[in-house]
Amino acid sequence: MTGHEWFDEEAGPIVRPFTLTGGRTESGHRSDLDLMTLVVRASEPVYGSLLLTPEHEAILHLASDPLTVAELASELDLAVGVVKVLLGDLLADRRITVRRPAPVAQFPNPRIIEEVIHGLQAL
Amino acid sequence: MDSRPSEAELAVKILVAGGFGAGKTTLVGSVSEMRPLRTEEQLTERSVGVDELTGVEQKRTTTVAMDFGRITLRTGLVLYLFGTPGQDRFWFMWDELAEGALGAVVLVDTRRLADCFASIDYFERRGLPFIIGVNTFEGGKPYTPDDIRVALDLDPEIPVINCDARSRESTRQVLITLMGHVMTAMARR
Repeated sequence: MTGHEWFDEEAGPIVRPFTLTGGRTESGHRSDLDLMTLVVRASEPVYGSLLLTPEHEAILHLASDPLTVAELASELDLAVGVVKVLLGDLLADRRITVRRPAPVAQFPNPRIIEEVIHGLQAL
Repeated sequence: MDSRPSEAELAVKILVAGGFGAGKTTLVGSVSEMRPLRTEEQLTERSVGVDELTGVEQKRTTTVAMDFGRITLRTGLVLYLFGTPGQDRFWFMWDELAEGALGAVVLVDTRRLADCFASIDYFERRGLPFIIGVNTFEGGKPYTPDDIRVALDLDPEIPVINCDARSRESTRQVLITLMGHVMTAMARR
């Protein structure tokens, strides 16, 4: 050995990313979910069949207000693919609802672009 | 998909592209609360062969790090900035990132001009409005925007502006210029 050893974060993640999902890399709802999808916890208490992992719990905790998939992944420091699988579980159990924010690119409207410009000027 | 009738959320998605080290992270961080974002991507058929991993077939996923920032312009109107992955081997990510994007900023480091060619080609092909931000670096030669336009063989209507990615004010100006260009491009369509 060279005498060089890796410690802590330098050694890389101890757990491979998809270990958290039991090795699943596909979620049944994956096509509904992109980086901009807004996730919000269901308002009614749910008693579903899903056994919640700490990561599921963390998502539910963060999503008490609508949050994008990108923000959830960033906040939890989990890979986006992993978060999508976990969200798929929660969706199947109806513990969350998701919706896409209306992307301005889809229906571009000069009034909205102007609003964006004014917003930026006021920053 | 569920839709809640109450809030009308509008999301403006902007990409920040450019070569590795051109200042994408700095730019996103200068105007927004920036956070790192990891995606664990499965290598698709398409990326095999393009990717350096040819011959390492057992590796099925790869981690791509990006930057991601959010600016709330007003209640219900949010601007999202996504720094695209700098390395060429992550091209397979771009289609997902570009989906629903309103426009893009291509950051240019004049010391390594060729690094931004690929991003420019991509946005031109996709028809996504973009502008060029020439990031000022110590030791970079002071080219004029017109020099850069010629060197990059750009259409005359594409704005080329000098910027300092570290400065909030400068980045704000870059984004405002992009929005103006988006508006012009929309009017032409």
